[in-house]
Amino acid sequence: MLKMTHLSKVYRTEVVETYALRDFNINVNEGEFVAVTGPSGSGKTTFLTIAGLLETFTGGQYHLDGVEVSNLNDNERSRIRNEKIGFIFQAFNLIPDLNVFDNVEVPLRYRGMKAAERKERIMNALERVGLASRAKHYPAELSGGQQQRVAIARALAGSPRLLLADEPTGNLDTQMARGVMELLEEIHREGATIVMVTHDPELAARAQRNVHIIDGQVVDLAEDPRFHHAVTSARANTTA
Amino acid sequence: MMFAYYFQLGLRSLRKNPLLTALMVMAIGCGVAASMTTYSVFRATSNNPIPGKSSQLYVPLIDNWGPEDAAQNKGEPPDAMSYTDAMALMRDHRARRQTALYPVAPSVIPADASMLPVRESSYAVYADAFPMFDVPFLYGGGWQASDDAAHAPVVVIGRALNDKLFRGVNSVGREINLDGRNYRITGVMDTWDPQPLFFDPVNTSGFGDPVQLFIPFTRAIDLKMATNGNNNCNKHSGEGWDAWIRSDCVWIEYWAELPSVAEANAFRQYLHGYAAEQQRSGRFTWAPNVRLYDVPQWLEHEKVVPQEAKVSLLVSLGFLLICLVNTVGLLLAKFMRRAPEIGVRRALGASRKEIYAQFLIEAGTVGLVGGVVGLLLTGVGVFGVTLVFDPDIARLATLNGSLIALTLLVAVLATVLAAFYPTWRAAQVQPAWQLKSN
Repeated sequence: MLKMTHLSKVYRTEVVETYALRDFNINVNEGEFVAVTGPSGSGKTTFLTIAGLLETFTGGQYHLDGVEVSNLNDNERSRIRNEKIGFIFQAFNLIPDLNVFDNVEVPLRYRGMKAAERKERIMNALERVGLASRAKHYPAELSGGQQQRVAIARALAGSPRLLLADEPTGNLDTQMARGVMELLEEIHREGATIVMVTHDPELAARAQRNVHIIDGQVVDLAEDPRFHHAVTSARANTTA
Repeated sequence: MMFAYYFQLGLRSLRKNPLLTALMVMAIGCGVAASMTTYSVFRATSNNPIPGKSSQLYVPLIDNWGPEDAAQNKGEPPDAMSYTDAMALMRDHRARRQTALYPVAPSVIPADASMLPVRESSYAVYADAFPMFDVPFLYGGGWQASDDAAHAPVVVIGRALNDKLFRGVNSVGREINLDGRNYRITGVMDTWDPQPLFFDPVNTSGFGDPVQLFIPFTRAIDLKMATNGNNNCNKHSGEGWDAWIRSDCVWIEYWAELPSVAEANAFRQYLHGYAAEQQRSGRFTWAPNVRLYDVPQWLEHEKVVPQEAKVSLLVSLGFLLICLVNTVGLLLAKFMRRAPEIGVRRALGASRKEIYAQFLIEAGTVGLVGGVVGLLLTGVGVFGVTLVFDPDIARLATLNGSLIALTLLVAVLATVLAAFYPTWRAAQVQPAWQLKSN
């Protein structure tokens, strides 16, 4: 589904080159739930934005659903984002001027879908996240957990092949975070491929697989003993 | 489909920042209103009064005063003709149609004794003038060339005069009393108000009331009707009517209809030949100096478009430009405040093209509202034109359908133009940075 090979991302200024990702390799299969972990500044979010075609990369190869994306133009990248990828952000990123219904509608509008089909998909997605009754509410009228559920509904409405989540529970309290996580797990059980960036070992433990990044490179989780221990403990608790 | 969506978003965005929106709308509204108000005057004064024939109707000019006088007018001959030259040209009859004309001021004495005599804008012309100038008729028509030859007491009156004297009924064949003499009406003109008044800008400055009365030139001369317009002489004309019409005083406008370029060239040669003949005969002691102007050239020559109309249009366009520069800044502020939204939209599948479309349509929406405000202000401006311009000109500046459409179009286009840079900046927003920073 998602394959990056020897990928690098360099930010250049006149005096310095900074590697956000270096010789980065990852392969996510269809239907997998992968947690990408690592300390702050390790390159997790850069990986996610490149994976979501929101940012270009400097070297290497990236195949998304079998398509090498490095030579695609803006229109083609936008179309793939719209049709194949769903985003869930830490800060929800709902458009404050639009109500819940209109927020969920945004990606469907860019797909040129007819009104009736849009409405059906939106209501299905909102029912799925338990917010159908809040369709006419504005984001400011919802709790953080509800806003994140709207963001998930927005991501789901377009039936994407790949769901990219960047610290999806980072701005939520424990109870809300648990609800959102359960929702993601449910979506995964229904067959979606999910790549979730997190620095929370408990969330990472609930994914099928962990990919750990340090200094822009994928490393063995054992190289970060503290995090490794935290994930292992969390996983043991979950199993128990 | 996306247009409707973006238009809807544009309207929503207008409501979001009422103060910013009000500033932009007022900037556009004021700029457009100033431009459209002055444009309404400019358009009226620079209008082509006879579009179908403006390149077929010509004014010939003959220098019968000599180079000393011409030198004071950039070498141009006098802008009217002497009776001698006008009659010579009429006799030679070298154009398809031709007429000499001059303004007269007979008193119209109503048959109804209770009504006072009236004076209307009147001209003495030849029969050819009616078909030449495409004069529309409500009843009847112009008189015939035979009436010119017979110096017949015939007349063509205007619709307003017919309404006044005959309550609007068909008065063809009835008589009208001018200065105590009866004239037979051959035709009643429909409303005819060419602006500028191309056939006589010399005596009207190009603008004036619609003509209500035409009488035969030959008859007017018989009755020794003096011109009601300018009479310019370069030396004393002598005493009495006969001396005056034999003099080189210029007071007659002459028009020739020359439908083809070949005919115009032939007429130009004829004019030159006529002046050369006058030189040979000793009447002119200078080389031929003649001109042949078509309608647009003639109106330009007579400076019919007032200088203040040109200057005020330029100043107001400059003002519009300043308003648009302000709008660029306001739009930039408005659009860049929405960088997070742009980032989200890009992430959800909007291409740069879609961002361009959304924000340009949003700008167009601002422009449309600005246009509506501009329209109201233009209405006020057009009303206020009377304070600045001559009443004859001011009455032409009207807020008609085409000006309304133009005002809205200019407002929308100008705002969309002003939005290009802010929109370009919006489209450059890096979604990754916006989403990370959130």
